[in-house]
Amino acid sequence: MRHVYLVTFFVVVLGVSILGLRGTKFTSAPMDVFPEWAFPGMKHQPKPYAQGSSDFFADGRSDRMPVAGTVQRGMLRDDEHLDHGKTATGAFARGFPEVLPVDFKLMERGKDRFTIYCAPCHGALGDGNGITKKYGMGATPSFHDDRLRQIAEGEIYQTITNGKNNMLSYADKLVPADRWAVIAYVRALQRAQSGTVADVPAAHKSELGLK
Amino acid sequence: MSKIFPKSANSLPLQIIIYLVVLTGIATAGVTYYMTPKYTRIGYAPVQPVPFSHEKHVSELGIDCRFCHSNVDKSGHSNVPTSQTCMNCHNQIKTDSPLLAPVRESYASGDSVPWVWIHKTPDYAYFNHAAHVNRGVSCVECHGKINEMEVVAHNQSLSMAFCLECHRNPETRVRDPKDVYDLNSQTIAAKAGVEAGVKFVHDWKIKPPQSCSGCHR
Repeated sequence: MRHVYLVTFFVVVLGVSILGLRGTKFTSAPMDVFPEWAFPGMKHQPKPYAQGSSDFFADGRSDRMPVAGTVQRGMLRDDEHLDHGKTATGAFARGFPEVLPVDFKLMERGKDRFTIYCAPCHGALGDGNGITKKYGMGATPSFHDDRLRQIAEGEIYQTITNGKNNMLSYADKLVPADRWAVIAYVRALQRAQSGTVADVPAAHKSELGLK
Repeated sequence: MSKIFPKSANSLPLQIIIYLVVLTGIATAGVTYYMTPKYTRIGYAPVQPVPFSHEKHVSELGIDCRFCHSNVDKSGHSNVPTSQTCMNCHNQIKTDSPLLAPVRESYASGDSVPWVWIHKTPDYAYFNHAAHVNRGVSCVECHGKINEMEVVAHNQSLSMAFCLECHRNPETRVRDPKDVYDLNSQTIAAKAGVEAGVKFVHDWKIKPPQSCSGCHR
């Protein structure tokens, strides 16, 4: 009987050395301990996954483009000012679309989106000194010159939507309302950078050590 | 008449029974330890077509999760970034790197980069990313400290027990919505005590379902 226990012990040691312990890094596909052929269930369903692959469609993708001539729900872009940054005459629109009141909420949203999508290159202050500059990104323009202070809001909208020079389009990341929120925040940054002592309300001057 | 069995054979049935009990114990321990996602999935770190380092892009450059996973707060599915997202910077940075060749080819041809899917739940379990991140459940709760991973590895079991643990006690896991994408941040409970967590769960009307149909369809 002692031999049986010895053999069992060695089998266990062998098993543990082959299987290893929990949490070890591995690169091969994870083991399926309840495979579908032995334990039929619904773990693997013949359905398309978002960003998945498909043997059915010629391009091998499960994601489909909208059929020509159709518009997805909520994706109709027919407001010249809101969706294209243009006026009725086709010039770049100045000011913000009427449906989007520029308030604190829009500004907060703009700050949030700007920090995520724009700050890596344009910098938190909009001065073109984002982190990417250190890694070889070409000259990112500063927002703080007269040309960009005077530029129409619609033209900024166009740049976000379609990109410009080395900057690619951010239309897939920012829906129209978010693009306008970012523009509002860019305007705030421009105003802040050109601020003077005269802009500080009298009541707050002493807090900053000003007269 | 000579004896067929020696006297020691008398104890054999008992010894066999004891051995079978020991064997059952070993088998139970083996199944408990190995036949669970805690063993089969945690640590899964496949070789990706491009050796993208989250550690470099998040911790060193400070890029937000949402720069690339831009739909995580809008959709149930958290997207793998388009190759255009990579090219936003890599059309100017490391443009000749052979490691980035699959991204450049994908951007030119329109075909996808064949990224390997790591975090996968069974097809009958439906997880909605937006519902979680917009209610204070941080990426780190399920994905671990991705910001410190040179190579992404499966970090939590993502088993039903794992989900339920949090669905039963959300107050210990929620974060201030501002901290959701900061993977080094603390939960509300860790910062201000469990009562603050309970208050957040109440104020934000967080009612994590524990019924089957909450997650299974």
